Amino acid sequence: MADYKVVVSSSPHLKTAVTTPILMRDVVIALLPAALAAIVFFGMNALTVMLVSVVSAVASEALFQKITGKAVTIGDFSAVVTGLLLAFNLPASVPLWIPVVGSAFAMIIVKQLFGGLGQNFLNPALAARAVLLASWPAHLTAVVGPFDVKTTATALVVMKTGQGQIPSLFDMFIGNMAGQLGETSALALIIGALYLLARKVIDWRTPVSYLGTVFVLTALFGRDPLSHLLAGGLMLGALFMATDYVTTPVTKKGRIIFGVGAGLITVLIRLYGGYPEGVTYAILLMNIATPLIDRFTVPRRFGYVKRS
Amino acid sequence: MIGLFRDFANGILKENPVFRLVLGMCPVLAVTAAVENGFWMGMAVIFVLTSSNLIIAILRHVIPEKIRIPCFIVVIATFVTMADLVMNAYLPAIHVKLGIFVPLIVVNCIILARAEAFASKRPILNSIADGLGMGIGFTLALLVISSVREILGTANLMIAGNPVFTGGLGFEPARVMVSPPGAFITMGVLLGLLNVATGRGRLKS
Repeated sequence: MADYKVVVSSSPHLKTAVTTPILMRDVVIALLPAALAAIVFFGMNALTVMLVSVVSAVASEALFQKITGKAVTIGDFSAVVTGLLLAFNLPASVPLWIPVVGSAFAMIIVKQLFGGLGQNFLNPALAARAVLLASWPAHLTAVVGPFDVKTTATALVVMKTGQGQIPSLFDMFIGNMAGQLGETSALALIIGALYLLARKVIDWRTPVSYLGTVFVLTALFGRDPLSHLLAGGLMLGALFMATDYVTTPVTKKGRIIFGVGAGLITVLIRLYGGYPEGVTYAILLMNIATPLIDRFTVPRRFGYVKRS
Repeated sequence: MIGLFRDFANGILKENPVFRLVLGMCPVLAVTAAVENGFWMGMAVIFVLTSSNLIIAILRHVIPEKIRIPCFIVVIATFVTMADLVMNAYLPAIHVKLGIFVPLIVVNCIILARAEAFASKRPILNSIADGLGMGIGFTLALLVISSVREILGTANLMIAGNPVFTGGLGFEPARVMVSPPGAFITMGVLLGLLNVATGRGRLKS
């Protein structure tokens, strides 16, 4: 009998060397400029919040997996990404138990209870932020300004209420403004996103259609589109949250629909809703719509001819 | 006698209407922001369920097969109206809080389900036992859900207008727990924990 070296298996047969830990590590690297900017503008408080959030996210996941007797998967860096993204969505002056509760909610309720990485239908960091905002709005909306760490109105609150002065476009671009600690510096976020685009970790379609929709709609409604692009959590959301693999469409067309939908909801909430900022809810709502979008944008199979 | 007890105990854990049959979710999610509301909702359901089971078991040979559902509804609606009026008269504050959810007991699946699946086919005493058991099971579930929600959402517990913990529990209440999303989160987590505790939903290897 000849010894055939043939392995019989089901598809896929082509595999890439890119694994979840590598992708997630790239995302962490891409978030570092924004983390650095946060420390520059908001001081050591920002660093503490980020560390507490990351550590508690990793610990919650490990603890849950230990208790339930599952394989501990904290080595894939996804908990680090979630912890960091959650911290980016909190003010630098937030009491430290907030990131602990938020991370635990994100990892246990949103991610692990639905089956862990790849099974969660909502972005864990954003879902945790929504819960924190609904529970302790005072802590989440008391955002501080850069350097002096005094509670200040964000540019979006100024735009909504018409009271106060919005920062100059240059300050908004580099991040010299009040906001959640990781969202203010568009510059740092864009540097990180360019790294991810160059490494082909994220797809340009979602961020471009998201930001484009916000730009066009705010211009159509007679607002200043540039300050709407740079204010609030839009850059962070469009570049890092709307490009999450698990909770956004896999098809190319679907990603554009996701971006346009998120942009539309964001603008509607910002201009006509009760809250000054709508990025969190926009992305969460589109997360929920993702399975539907995927279902309606299944690409044509190779060689398949539509029956007339 | 043993049969009666089995029918009674059935609704409390084995076929708990909330955690096992997952019926009547509307009041479960809507009125459980406070323990007191949950308790009185449960009392109303126990009354309606037991009484309608009793009447339907008595009339089970009289009610024509083809129009049984309208007949059940007439019986159930009668008792719901009674519960509604009695609560309005003697517990006006609670009645205001429960609002539309008392009249809505008419369309609560548990009551129709027990009428259709149990009372219309069993003797009178068994039907009473079933109604009591199901009602108590429902009430217990409401009490568990509402105490989790009220404690986490207000850092306290109000019973008959008095706080149980004077000065609160010393943490900042998570307001989301007393708002609608908190109901879904609590319900889901409790259902999951109960399934884990009783070994349900485990994959057979």
